Amino acid sequence: MLRYVLTRLGLAVPTLLAISFLVFFAAYLSPADPVDIILGQRAAPEAKARVRHEWGLDRPPLERYGKYVVAVVTKGDFGRSYQTKEPVTDFIARGFPNTAILAVSALGLALLTGIPLGVIAAIKHNSWIDRFAMAFALLGVATPSFVLAPVLTLVLAVRMGWLPVGGFSLQEGLVDPATFILPTVVLAARSSALIARLTRSAMLDVLSQDFIRTARAKGVRPIGVLFKHALRNALSPILTVAGTTFGYLLSGSFVVETFFTIPGIGNQSITAITARDYPVIQGLALLLAGIFVGVNLLVDILQGFVDPRARVSDQKAI
Amino acid sequence: MTPRETWQRIAANKIALASIIFLALLILAAAIVPMILPFGYEQQLPDSRLLPPGAKHVIGTDDLGRDILTRVLVGARISLMVAVSVECVVVFLGVTVGLIAGYRGGWIDSLLMRVTDVLLAFPDVLLAILLLGTLGATSSRPETSALLVVVSLGVTGWPPLARLVRGQVVALRQREFVDAARSIGSSHGRILLHHILPNLVSPVIVAVTVDAAGVILAEATLSYLGIGVQRPMPSWGRMINDALDFYKSEPRLVIVPATMLSLTVIALNFLGDGLRDALDPRKTRR
Repeated sequence: MLRYVLTRLGLAVPTLLAISFLVFFAAYLSPADPVDIILGQRAAPEAKARVRHEWGLDRPPLERYGKYVVAVVTKGDFGRSYQTKEPVTDFIARGFPNTAILAVSALGLALLTGIPLGVIAAIKHNSWIDRFAMAFALLGVATPSFVLAPVLTLVLAVRMGWLPVGGFSLQEGLVDPATFILPTVVLAARSSALIARLTRSAMLDVLSQDFIRTARAKGVRPIGVLFKHALRNALSPILTVAGTTFGYLLSGSFVVETFFTIPGIGNQSITAITARDYPVIQGLALLLAGIFVGVNLLVDILQGFVDPRARVSDQKAI
Repeated sequence: MTPRETWQRIAANKIALASIIFLALLILAAAIVPMILPFGYEQQLPDSRLLPPGAKHVIGTDDLGRDILTRVLVGARISLMVAVSVECVVVFLGVTVGLIAGYRGGWIDSLLMRVTDVLLAFPDVLLAILLLGTLGATSSRPETSALLVVVSLGVTGWPPLARLVRGQVVALRQREFVDAARSIGSSHGRILLHHILPNLVSPVIVAVTVDAAGVILAEATLSYLGIGVQRPMPSWGRMINDALDFYKSEPRLVIVPATMLSLTVIALNFLGDGLRDALDPRKTRR
């Protein structure tokens, strides 16, 4: 098991390198001059030349990329923001807790609503409950968060006045529980729908198998069949989708954070992109890639606990 | 199975048929109606801002006095064209990589699949956001920005298809008819083109149809975030973003493009399901 984890962590290195390489050279190829972003376009040529040299921007691109990677690996130094000139790590550390709270609570909500909905739909297969649940799930998949956000805000916040209009912000101390509700619901909707659909089909697969019939035949109570026999076997695919869902949640947080003006990394990314603040974009890309690699690994390890058949032996470790 | 039989199977599936009709009407309307309507999509009528639906403007005007029907249908053009172009890129890259990996096997297969895994580990929309951000779509002309959207969604969107194609090719490679073709001395090119590729058409069509729904959503998301198709081109996502200052009093400005977007996505999903059932008789949908 340990060897498997180490191999997987080793494979994460080329992934992160590839992502950083891609973003670095996309930035290099873009027509904008970083010095214009740091100083503004109308700065004096001498000042521009000085800054270009100070920031190492006059070096060849491969050398700059190499230096960047070395600084990240040896010192944890992701460079400085072109805009605010502060270290990228400080910048991201401010926004990250907001996004983390949002994504984790949305994942929790998606699992708590999606799994029961899928289970009920599978048990009442082809009934009106099933159809209703699946119509709901389809709507959830087909309604992007930037539509759900204004619609729910309009109905629940503006017209009914039940919830506040804006979002939360940890650093500004805006932590009224009510401000968390709308962003979490909006972010969770799509994932909840995906999980419900997948849970339903995984449960239907399991429920049609022989051991379920055997369990029923030997007199296990329906509730026992459901939880001990069926759901346990359906958990493995559900876990996989929960892992990929986390990726959707982080990209969804871009939209949700911009709409509710929550100062998380999604919001920061968009600001950085519009300002062409490349060091920040690169840092955020690496952070997000690292999170995905970590979550996927975690899912694979948990898979072994949920499903002994998926347990990786040391020999099989790639 | 002949195309005729396939068509009959789809036509028997009411939901799939309804989806086809909806998509056909959408394409037709997007192509023709903006030419008939007397308004340009960026034409601003200062004295008719935020008009309610009426005889002249069927679904009213927006905050700048532009005809919403014209804009929503030109937006449909953009969504559909982006989806088709992205799928062309995805099919080209995905099928090529999948074919080579599945047919050649060995270290080429391992290498290509490792690259695919790396890209799959990253949600494609997020990668597209980062690519678009660095490529500088925000400062481009509207036409260039649309092209950049296609490039970034295409380049990041092919790995799932490559996986699918590779799996199919690995299975097909071991079938008797491929052995037979090889035994009578067919070249690799001939085997790929005449024996393997035709068998990939159905699964690829199904995958592309469902994926197109995702591409349309992705384009709308990028444009909503302001890093996709740029003004004044009326992408649905951009229209929703532009409407956010007014949606509290004029929800129509959000609801019209949002409904079009959701209906198109749902129709493509249903069509994909219908095609899967029609093209693969062994798979039954539950």
